[in-house]
Amino acid sequence: MTYIAKPRIVHPGLQKNALGLTQRDYEGSMSTLCAGCGHDSITAALVEAVWELDIPPHRAAKLSGIGCSSKTPAYFLGQSHGFNSVHGRMPAIATGANAANRELVYIGVSGDGDSLSIGLGQLCHAVRRNLNLLYLVENNGVYGLTKGQFSASADVGSTSKRGVPNPQPPIDPVLLGLTLGASFVARSFSGDKEQLVPILKAGITHPGFALVDVISPCVTFNDHEGSTKSYAYTRLHYSELAAADFVPPADEITADYEGGEVRQVRMHDGSIVRFRKVAEDFDPTDRQGAYVYVRERLVAGEVVTGLLYIDPEASDLHSMLDTVEQPLVELPFDELCPGSGELSKLMKLFQ
Amino acid sequence: MSRNGASGANDFALKIATVNGTGSASANGLLMQSIYRMGIPVSGKNVFPSNIQGLPTWYEIRVNHRGHTARTPTFDLMVAMNAATYERDIREVRQNGWLLYDSSWPMDERVQRDDITFLGAPLAKMCVETFEGARERILMKNIAYVGVLAALLEIDLDLIRTLLEETFGERKQHLLDSNFEAVRLGYDYATEHFDHPLPVRLERLDGTADHVLMDGNTAAALGCVFAGATVAAWYPITPSTSLVDAFTTFCRRFRLDPETGKMRGAIIQAEDELAAAGMVLGAAWMGARAFTATSGPGISLMSEFIGLAYYAEIPSVFFDVERVGPSTGMPTRTQQGDITICAYASHGDTKHIVLFPGDPGECFEHAVQAFDLAERFQTPVFVVSDLDIGMNDWLIPELKWDDSYVPDRGKVLGADELEKIDRFYRYVDVDGDGIPYRTLPGVHPKGVYFTRGSGHTKHGRYTEDADDYTEVVDRLARKIDSAGAAVPAPVIETRPESPRALVTVGACDRAVREALEVLEAEGQYFDYMRIRGFPFSREVVEFLAAHEVNFVIEQNRDAQLRSLLLNETPIGKGRLASIRYYGGYPMSAHHVLDGVRAHRESEPEPVAP
Repeated sequence: MTYIAKPRIVHPGLQKNALGLTQRDYEGSMSTLCAGCGHDSITAALVEAVWELDIPPHRAAKLSGIGCSSKTPAYFLGQSHGFNSVHGRMPAIATGANAANRELVYIGVSGDGDSLSIGLGQLCHAVRRNLNLLYLVENNGVYGLTKGQFSASADVGSTSKRGVPNPQPPIDPVLLGLTLGASFVARSFSGDKEQLVPILKAGITHPGFALVDVISPCVTFNDHEGSTKSYAYTRLHYSELAAADFVPPADEITADYEGGEVRQVRMHDGSIVRFRKVAEDFDPTDRQGAYVYVRERLVAGEVVTGLLYIDPEASDLHSMLDTVEQPLVELPFDELCPGSGELSKLMKLFQ
Repeated sequence: MSRNGASGANDFALKIATVNGTGSASANGLLMQSIYRMGIPVSGKNVFPSNIQGLPTWYEIRVNHRGHTARTPTFDLMVAMNAATYERDIREVRQNGWLLYDSSWPMDERVQRDDITFLGAPLAKMCVETFEGARERILMKNIAYVGVLAALLEIDLDLIRTLLEETFGERKQHLLDSNFEAVRLGYDYATEHFDHPLPVRLERLDGTADHVLMDGNTAAALGCVFAGATVAAWYPITPSTSLVDAFTTFCRRFRLDPETGKMRGAIIQAEDELAAAGMVLGAAWMGARAFTATSGPGISLMSEFIGLAYYAEIPSVFFDVERVGPSTGMPTRTQQGDITICAYASHGDTKHIVLFPGDPGECFEHAVQAFDLAERFQTPVFVVSDLDIGMNDWLIPELKWDDSYVPDRGKVLGADELEKIDRFYRYVDVDGDGIPYRTLPGVHPKGVYFTRGSGHTKHGRYTEDADDYTEVVDRLARKIDSAGAAVPAPVIETRPESPRALVTVGACDRAVREALEVLEAEGQYFDYMRIRGFPFSREVVEFLAAHEVNFVIEQNRDAQLRSLLLNETPIGKGRLASIRYYGGYPMSAHHVLDGVRAHRESEPEPVAP
């Protein structure tokens, strides 16, 4: 970990967002993760994404489970509400929170152990409910805090630090999400902030469950030769399917790209996700196609990254429950309590 | 009084044996309502299998003009509609009692007794001759026994017709007609072939005015609606499922936005009890009144989140409708086996506020109080009822609502208050009462804090420091202990200078009260206390200390209430005798009487000075 905290003094020339806040205002406390940890890069990307989206910090809530990844909400959005819950159960907390107050921005951070082992059930059902939540899997294939056991995302044959190969097939969060009906599925790499930031912005804006798997190497327990989640391996087998740009509703779209096909997907609030460097025949709204492509490349040994699938029209938890538009926490008591008159009328049914 | 065979008008018990899934619930409900409408105190206990269709099921009705409606195991009249259980059903009839059976098929003479009267009516045969279609014939056979009972017990046919009209209305005229025809079939057969009425019969009374027949799950659900709960997260489990079903029904009635038709509430069926508990915490963290309803196995699963709610101080309400444990146990039988787990659920040092309603009326009241207490003390609150209270219809005073009620939201700082302060810290004991201030997310930038189940300082920061950790958990202990003065007070009834007392909890109430009356008739006087909340109040301790012997009466094997009293009060073992029944049926007065008498017999003879 780093031992020197950044000075609190802010350079007057630092760029400000529409709220007059600098990126420093979206930072959290100092990370206690290992120096070089992929998670810290993701934290930095999150800070940038939320800042660029002009989200008032107190209108965002960050949630996590347990593990190295789940420690990170302390390191970003220090002026937002945070909830570091229990192992693998962050989706349940997020579901209840979102049910009660649908207007906040919810950012969930999880890891491969938290999501794919102990919390696999909760992840699956949050996907099925299309909970409006950015759900990050900071994926390093290993349990760090307990010193290097394989996680459920470790590939067959990937070796531990001691050289023992993993015998069990992995669970791929991207394929899982596509299978379960996730309405937004992406994969990225902690070492590629340029790709990650627009994905995070699109994921936060997406009015449903945005599953983002981020390969995030563990420098201490899983960055050796023989590991398939190391920096070196990821860089070597990295294959960007499509680079996505996120264009907020107010910004005019200027065609400054040359060559290559550009596809656009319009989000509910008028934002646009623009795909460039698109692979041939790639359609980001074709779930089946995305599944086949990712699966085929995976078998060929490639880590396909990018925003892989998006369904901006999918109905979320609230439309499934048919709840009122107003956040439930803001409903006045007299709209909730029927009162004595109604109770005595009701009593007739029990006579 | 205790049912030793001396039964008569408005004082008897009958049991109906049928096959699960044959519509007998409608027939039994019709009977119950008829008796209630005749103004006679009545209770119905559904003894059902964990099964959808085919296994035997029973319904026990007790009628008592004095208002004793605890279960009694002595049956004056048996309605034996299930040949598979004849042997057992015949055995359970008291001497000189009656047994009504379907004589469409002969009954094996070997199972018959000569000390009871067999009344055979060919119900199935008559229904086959009268109705079309297999399903209707089966359903009407059960309605037909209501007709026979109407003749035997003297229930007015006009009353039955009125009840059927209320059920089916004009829109289902054909159902009304066929049901009433089935009633008539049974009635006419009985008046023609049997001596009627029986000595055990009904006589109109004025004993149910201002009372309703209601089950505790329905009442608890109503309490949640009236308390302003907006988020319910749950996983189906017997015997608590009907609580959320009722909440859903009431929300559709009371909570639809008149303009949009959308729901002012969210009812989420979770993937398991763990998730249900987590959703409650998430919603409560945001500031909603949120609850879950479950039974013992669910509490086991929720324990992880319950510990988090305790430590992170999240107001949350858990309804535990107890069933027989351990493990899967007997899901359709009743017990009070979750007292200990609810008091201390989760690992580490935890202790929780627990409310123990004694009937459906208190389920309603305690539901509302639970939300107030949860928010005032910022902690999980359990409302612990059981299958008997939750799923059976009890005769209770009509529920009342005080329109001046204002929800106790506890110490919540709003935007205006936050604007005025320098800095907000989540866990600082500002007022010295052990209860910190909280804020709701999204309300104001100054209200922001970090919620965690890991070690934290009073400022809400992560810690591994001994003093910082200890300071917070010591305050938590003070906070929970102070709730003893705020939970519902015990119900206490004393007589002058009675050295002995019966102490109980929850659904045992009516059995214990009946026993008190029997003992009194024998010249033995006991004081009475029913505990309704944990932590125990000073009143509880003082009452126990004021009696030489307190019989602690409860429905579990290990005397959980007594253990809790020993653990949490200075009262010594010598003052706390134990009476327990835990076989799965609701408690009866004889369990209490047997326990008191056994204790008396085991007492050493007084030594002459």
